[in-house]
Amino acid sequence: MSEALFIDVRVDEPTSGDPGLAAKLEEVCPVDIFRAGPEGVEIVRENLDECVLCELCINAVPAGTIRVIKLYAPGEELRA
Amino acid sequence: MRFFEYESRAIVAKAGIPVTRHGFATTVAEVSELAEQIAGPVVIKSQVLSGGRMKAGGVQFADTPAEAAGHAEQVLKLEIGGQMPRGVLVDSRAAVRHEYYAGVVWDGIRKLPVMLFSDMGGIDIEEVAEQQPEHVARAHFSTLRPFSEWQAKQVIASLGISGTVLGRLTPILTRLARLFLAYDMTLAEINPLGELEDGSVVALDAHMDMENEARPRQRELLQELGVGDEETRQAREPTPFELAGEEVDAQDHRGVAGNVTEFDGNLGLVIGAGGGSLTLFDAVRAHGGNPANYCEIGGNPSVRKACGLAKLVLGKPGVDKIAVMMSIVSNTRVDIVARGVIKACLELGLDPAEKIAIFRIPGAWEEEGFKILERYGVEYADRSVSLHEAARRAVEKIQGGELAGAR
Amino acid sequence: MSILIDERTTFIVQGITGREAVNLTRECLDYGKGAKIVGGVTPGRLGRDVHGVPVFDTVAQAVAHHGAAIDGSVVTVPPAFTKDAVFEALENGVKLVVIVTERIPRGDVAQMVELAGDRGARIIGPNCLGIIVPDVIKMGGIGGPAKDAAKSYSSGPVGVISRSGGMTTEMSSTLTAAGLGQSTAVSIGGDAIIGSSYAELLPLFEADSQTEAIVIYTEPGGRMEAELARYVLDSGSRLPIVAFMAGRFMDEMPGMSFGHAGTIVEGKEDTASEKIARLAEAGIVVAEEISQIPELVRGRIATTV
Repeated sequence: MSEALFIDVRVDEPTSGDPGLAAKLEEVCPVDIFRAGPEGVEIVRENLDECVLCELCINAVPAGTIRVIKLYAPGEELRA
Repeated sequence: MRFFEYESRAIVAKAGIPVTRHGFATTVAEVSELAEQIAGPVVIKSQVLSGGRMKAGGVQFADTPAEAAGHAEQVLKLEIGGQMPRGVLVDSRAAVRHEYYAGVVWDGIRKLPVMLFSDMGGIDIEEVAEQQPEHVARAHFSTLRPFSEWQAKQVIASLGISGTVLGRLTPILTRLARLFLAYDMTLAEINPLGELEDGSVVALDAHMDMENEARPRQRELLQELGVGDEETRQAREPTPFELAGEEVDAQDHRGVAGNVTEFDGNLGLVIGAGGGSLTLFDAVRAHGGNPANYCEIGGNPSVRKACGLAKLVLGKPGVDKIAVMMSIVSNTRVDIVARGVIKACLELGLDPAEKIAIFRIPGAWEEEGFKILERYGVEYADRSVSLHEAARRAVEKIQGGELAGAR
Repeated sequence: MSILIDERTTFIVQGITGREAVNLTRECLDYGKGAKIVGGVTPGRLGRDVHGVPVFDTVAQAVAHHGAAIDGSVVTVPPAFTKDAVFEALENGVKLVVIVTERIPRGDVAQMVELAGDRGARIIGPNCLGIIVPDVIKMGGIGGPAKDAAKSYSSGPVGVISRSGGMTTEMSSTLTAAGLGQSTAVSIGGDAIIGSSYAELLPLFEADSQTEAIVIYTEPGGRMEAELARYVLDSGSRLPIVAFMAGRFMDEMPGMSFGHAGTIVEGKEDTASEKIARLAEAGIVVAEEISQIPELVRGRIATTV
């Protein structure tokens, strides 16, 4: 599977290392973009393009720590 | 799904309906053996799902096992309606005094099953019904109340049938009506139903169709008959392209991106939903286009699935471009399908702007979808462009404009 | 006015906690004047709520909680459980059951329809998207989210009956764009046996003073169109009918199923061309393209007035 074409997700440092938040992200994302790994949040890159822009991840973490970037619309992103 | 005759016979026999002595064979040796056992005149019948066996030479009569073996050799090799036989049925040839017809089908208007009975068996029942309607009796019956013997008796007697044979025919039609409901059949037919010289009544042939939707709950019967889940029993065998489409659809449970049927044109179709696909396929043809396939997207499939379907169609030999079109969507998302088809092009090293003749899917998340299409330079249309107009534009693109304007 | 439902209609959603049912509930609550969804039923989920709709274990509990008879139910449970759910609704006094579920064997559908007949109730579907009265109420997923449904449907003189859920919206949207609204649009379902056919809904539209014309979407398979043609000829319906026939290509492919479970050419009477001929005999005009429908409707409304 090639690199994501349409969606990228960036998680800020403090959030990505938090095992509690990692577990929560894994649970809320309907298309399995997040995985709770030993180091915290892991992004499952082959699922990025399945993102349905539901904002459940953004609502699950402290304000501003996750950005969902629309690669097809320069400058557009979802952010709490 | 259709059953072979040997399976249909097993079903009626299981329901307690007498059948002639018979056996199923796949080799000449087995045929000889069965003919020896029957020890009398036999009929060799090709086991194919298509009709017209008799005309094609798939039914042969033999008086001795050696003759039976000779016929079997030919019948086993004989292709009928594009299908090789699964084997042959070796049937004892009974001395028949009279042939009847017994059948049960659904009446979609009355929404009830209807049993049909005729004293003119052995020929096409629709023909009898048309030409000699007085020889066909019918009656609907309830799906809620248990079927009672008098209902069958009344139908048969209405043709003027009386005496011992009425008493023998009644339980057979009763059992046929009951098995029709119990096994979720859409057609259960015994034709001919033979009254033999000795007065007994036996099924000389049987034809059963089961509803596909009921296969999960009829698993026990299907296992007993040895029918595997992979056997689609469609009017024709699925092609490798169609099987690949099924695989795409099965890769996850989100929505549908499948129901692929192969055609031999140059315009690949990624279309939906049920009614939309039918409309669009007609529309492409009405504008002189040649579809490479039929398919259906619906129920909001994943990007992966839409991508898989588009890749399959794009990769089909002879396909120059694809048209991505649906009726207005409310559940399926425009942006998700857009991502899928563009991804398919890019992963195959193709330019979406060139390969996608048109993208016409209005509805849910269209603003987002149109942004994606614009980014990749794909021509798209909203609901102000009709399905037929979208199809016309696609055909025009692939055929350079001449044919498409004709209409 | 409208047929089947109006702003006072109360209904429940059976299988309300399923993913699609949750969406459908939201859509119906948001659309038009807001549907009166008085409860949902999912066994074992008593006490929960879905978008503010209370969830019960049984239909009887929902009726008791409501304190009066409930008019309708939208059934969206898996095929193996649908018959039981519909029986439960019917035996608890529900008079209008919309069955969304697809892939239900015919034997089950026939039983549901038969019981509905015994109880004086009506079934719409299975394998349908439900009913919409533009700007007033929708019962089922028809038209999608409220804001999308509002784009496609508008109030007016045309009654729409369709074997395809998606095409109900496509045709209505085309009518709306041409300034022709709809009185009620009904997605009747794509199966071989359905609760309500064209001919069974037509008298309801005839009795509705708002309705001046009918638009139907049809497909190969079954005898429902012939039934409609016969009904129109026998009854002398006041309503002009414009039809659209999809799947004409299927005439060349007998025995193959496309689109919907009920769409299969099994005999010569259920081909597209045969149906078009039957409809024409009854004075029902068959449009070649969806985009021609508004003009055909207009012409016919004008001539009947």
